[in-house]
Amino acid sequence: MGLTGLFLISFLIVHVGVNACIFVNDGGETFNTAARFMSHNWILRIMEIGLFAGLILHIVQGFMLWKNNSSARPVDYNIKKANKNSKWYSRSMGLLGTLLLFFLIIHVSKFFVSTKIALYANGGINDASHNLYLEMKEEFQTWWVVLIYIAGVVSLFWHLLHGFQSAFQTLGINHKRYTPIIKAIGVGYTIIVCILFALMPISFYLGWIQ
Amino acid sequence: MSLDSKIPAGEMDKKWTDYKGHVKLVNPSNKRKLEVIVVGTGLAGASAAASLGELGYKVKAFCFQDSPRRAHSIAAQGGINAAKNYQNDGDSVFRLFYDTVKGGDYRAREANVHRLAEVSNNIIDQCVAQGVPFAREYGGLLSNRSFGGTQVQRTFYAAGQTGQQLLLGAYSALERQVALGNVIMYNRHEMLDIVKIDGKARGIIARDLVNGTLERHFGHAVLLCTGGYGNVFYLSTNAMGSNVTAAWKAHKQGAWFGNPCFTQIHPTCIPVSGDHQSKLTLMSESLRNDGRIWVPKKKEDNRKGVDIPEEERDYYLERRYPAFGNLVPRDVASRAAKERCDEGYGVGTTKMAVYLDFADAIIRYGKIEAGKQGLENVSEADIIKMGKGVVEEKYGNLFEMYEKITGENPYEMPMRIYPAVHYTMGGLWVDYELKTTVDGLYALGEANFSDHGANRLGASALMQGLADGYFVIPYTLGNYLADDISTAAIPTSHPAFEEMEKAVSDRINQLMNIKGKQTVESFHKRLGKIMWDKCGMARNANNLQEAIVEIQALKKEFWSDVKIPGDVNEMNPELDKAGRVADFIELGELMCKDALNRNESCGGHFREESQTEEGEAKRDDENYSFVSAWEYKGESDWQLNKEPLTFDIVKPTQRSYK
Amino acid sequence: MEHYNMNLTLKVWKQKNSTAKGNFETYQVKDISSEMSFLEMFDVLNEQLITDGKDPIAFDHDCREGICGACSMYIDGRAHGPWSKNTTCQLHMRAFKDGDTIVVEPWRAAAFPVIKDLMVDRDAFDRIIQAGGYISVNTGNAVDANSLPIDKKDADTSFDAASCIGCGACVAACKNSSAMLFVSAKVSQLALLPQGEPEREARVLNMVAQMDKEGFGNCTNTYACEAECPKGISVTNIARMNREFLKAGLSTEQ
Repeated sequence: MGLTGLFLISFLIVHVGVNACIFVNDGGETFNTAARFMSHNWILRIMEIGLFAGLILHIVQGFMLWKNNSSARPVDYNIKKANKNSKWYSRSMGLLGTLLLFFLIIHVSKFFVSTKIALYANGGINDASHNLYLEMKEEFQTWWVVLIYIAGVVSLFWHLLHGFQSAFQTLGINHKRYTPIIKAIGVGYTIIVCILFALMPISFYLGWIQ
Repeated sequence: MSLDSKIPAGEMDKKWTDYKGHVKLVNPSNKRKLEVIVVGTGLAGASAAASLGELGYKVKAFCFQDSPRRAHSIAAQGGINAAKNYQNDGDSVFRLFYDTVKGGDYRAREANVHRLAEVSNNIIDQCVAQGVPFAREYGGLLSNRSFGGTQVQRTFYAAGQTGQQLLLGAYSALERQVALGNVIMYNRHEMLDIVKIDGKARGIIARDLVNGTLERHFGHAVLLCTGGYGNVFYLSTNAMGSNVTAAWKAHKQGAWFGNPCFTQIHPTCIPVSGDHQSKLTLMSESLRNDGRIWVPKKKEDNRKGVDIPEEERDYYLERRYPAFGNLVPRDVASRAAKERCDEGYGVGTTKMAVYLDFADAIIRYGKIEAGKQGLENVSEADIIKMGKGVVEEKYGNLFEMYEKITGENPYEMPMRIYPAVHYTMGGLWVDYELKTTVDGLYALGEANFSDHGANRLGASALMQGLADGYFVIPYTLGNYLADDISTAAIPTSHPAFEEMEKAVSDRINQLMNIKGKQTVESFHKRLGKIMWDKCGMARNANNLQEAIVEIQALKKEFWSDVKIPGDVNEMNPELDKAGRVADFIELGELMCKDALNRNESCGGHFREESQTEEGEAKRDDENYSFVSAWEYKGESDWQLNKEPLTFDIVKPTQRSYK
Repeated sequence: MEHYNMNLTLKVWKQKNSTAKGNFETYQVKDISSEMSFLEMFDVLNEQLITDGKDPIAFDHDCREGICGACSMYIDGRAHGPWSKNTTCQLHMRAFKDGDTIVVEPWRAAAFPVIKDLMVDRDAFDRIIQAGGYISVNTGNAVDANSLPIDKKDADTSFDAASCIGCGACVAACKNSSAMLFVSAKVSQLALLPQGEPEREARVLNMVAQMDKEGFGNCTNTYACEAECPKGISVTNIARMNREFLKAGLSTEQ
């Protein structure tokens, strides 16, 4: 869980970086250039397969963990005051992950698939006409799409808030001096990444960027 | 039958070496055929079972708890003594031996104590090798502290949890042997009787406490490592389950009981708060290093401790024993507290407590701390704050425990303490080989009587338990079993097993069929009250005679009116308890009888008839320099046998702490 | 501290034996002193039940001073009740007030089957120790205790891990019924000491394998175990065990 989690965390940095290009507010030029680079560079395209493999592995691991753990307590307590000893989001990683999975299905079918179709539809020769930026701009004019995205980011926020530091613990990294730093970085990372992700649909919807 | 303690001839410091050099051995292939039963898994039992398993014997170990790791050795706080002399302060095997004999008020057997001192060093080595995390200095070497009754630093410790760490070490060694198949562990099993064949102990009847079935277990020898019997007083620092049943069954089957009246009352325990009290909690003896003990000078003074001005306080230990002050031995401190409370100077709601005050220590440490930091003109409030910091570092966990139990903050107001039953020096009589008067039946650790005389020094109980289990029994048991190699395992269908199982079963049914009105607990409480009032810290002939009559009456009442709920064939903690209380009642009578017989004061046994003009204990070496070994003859009928004690090395003197 | 008396309603899990179906029973207890310990309150209730000819409640307990690890009650939704760094036997009634309803359940885990009422079977812990929670040194093999200096910091950390009382509160509190804190405490204690070095790899692999075999859940780092541990055993031990496990897993030849 920890390894695949960290792998996905590192992917998010790239993803959010490319996304942030929209805030240059140049009508999507920078963003489209970056996006095209991402989808054309052959190294990155191989890594893309790795990404999906990592994601699927993360999901499968999560599912196995859930299954295993749910059989470890056949009779549950009548009264639980779990909030006294742990954080709700730490205990809800399975739920948050499932929400994220639903969101990802929507997300991938919206943007990733369209990009791929554009890329391969004409024998993969010419997708210059495909403007991902414009596509996004159109999508995010619908209020419920924006809401779905915000909900997705909220799930991601809590998932990361636990997941970041938890990954280090799982890999055996817990140090008196460094763990507080890792935890602080984790919180900072989570906040910045999630704000950037959330700003995108909001900015398009409210017309902050053109 | 006469008592033969089988002390090897020769010079004191050569006896054990000589013994080991000449003892009979069992070869490895024969060891595999020999079965040993170990009852109890505290320090003595776990270490014995593990060591014998390592040697290749087939061992079966039994404990009534849900895991061997829960045995009450785990609760020992202070430390374990050893004559390592790591501090270069003049310690030696001889000094440890000398201090222990003297501390025991010259009622222990010299040869046993010397052996204990000799093997003490091996214990520390063994425990460290097992991974017991003793306290260490910055240089990485082991740390020592001093304890009551000695002038050297020889106590090894692991914070305030030494017993826990040592027991977990022995437990892990035991579990390793379980994993290797050398030991079979029986958790939640209680031994209910010994099976004897041709005069030799050949097995036990045990009850599976989960489903109530009786089981027969054969062994070429049986080792009782079942701890002390302090719970005869109902309230003690012992665990709720600690009991005398195994030792008592052995006693009734022919094992003589040594010095049953020798009980240690520990001076610093948290006092009783009400009738609901189920047990007492010890506060480590180390607190007396810094705390001052006092009561108000005025009787029935109902002011809060902090509101009583200095000149109206009576620091009675410092007053009576200027040389030792608050650091007098346990028995002396306990009696002095009782004396004050009996006179009406006690404090707290029950008036059965004295103050243990850290106010002076806090100020003293605060000033030292201010000095260390080079501060001048420090306000009193700051000094107190710094002092509290130092005290917290030294005793934080104890203060926290006190606050949890009493709800009072001991940094702000003096602690209330009172003596409580803590340890029993008496136990099954054993010879030098730890064998009882029944062939093949051994007693180890607190369950035997041998090493502490009339008073045990701090940090010596852990030492004795592990000495017996790790380093004594592996030799002495071999000496017995070497003659038994041709004895094949006796099938448990043997009539002796059958008869004994039936006897045990009959007794259980008899208990269940009384169907009276009073609970087991209420009988235990009443027994405890008789014992505490009349066979407690101070004893006299009159009271003891009364107590014997009262206990006999209580016994009758118990067997006609006790009420046990539930069934035999199920988990039934009340039934378990009933059997134990029935045995405690019988033991109580013997204790009173022994105390009555011993018309002298020695160690923890204080006879009011035998005291000096100042009210101090007066020993009578001329008439009582012997071990009382009581032989069970029948109901309320015992015969006294005496093992004379001779002191070749440590010549008896009267203890004085003035 | 002001003393007060209280009347309480108790809802306690009753279960005749491991195969029977259990249920909650409701009891009223009166005039409970704030100075009683929680188990003394149970003593009072049991005395009353026995006198009334009813079945008393079975529960594990022994030392009643917070060190043997026998007591194990899930009180009002928390392992060992509302106080932190505390065992059930050290919980005192001043934690409650007059009129309270207290729900008491046994530890719940597949690996800790109920024996009767509030008693559970924790033999799984013993078997995990049997899998490797020791240093293989026969009696008599030891060298002089001071021949092996150990960094005080390591010795202290090792002691902190070794202070585990094996009560199972970590398992009871964990939403996954994971025993990682218990197992890691023993692995850490021995991994931190030079004496534990020779068996270091086999120990962690075998103990973890046994833990999984017993049916405990997996750790998801909620840290509920640390929060409810009566001895405050730190989850850094779990990280250390993960580290040991990864290292051993990568280097083992099997």
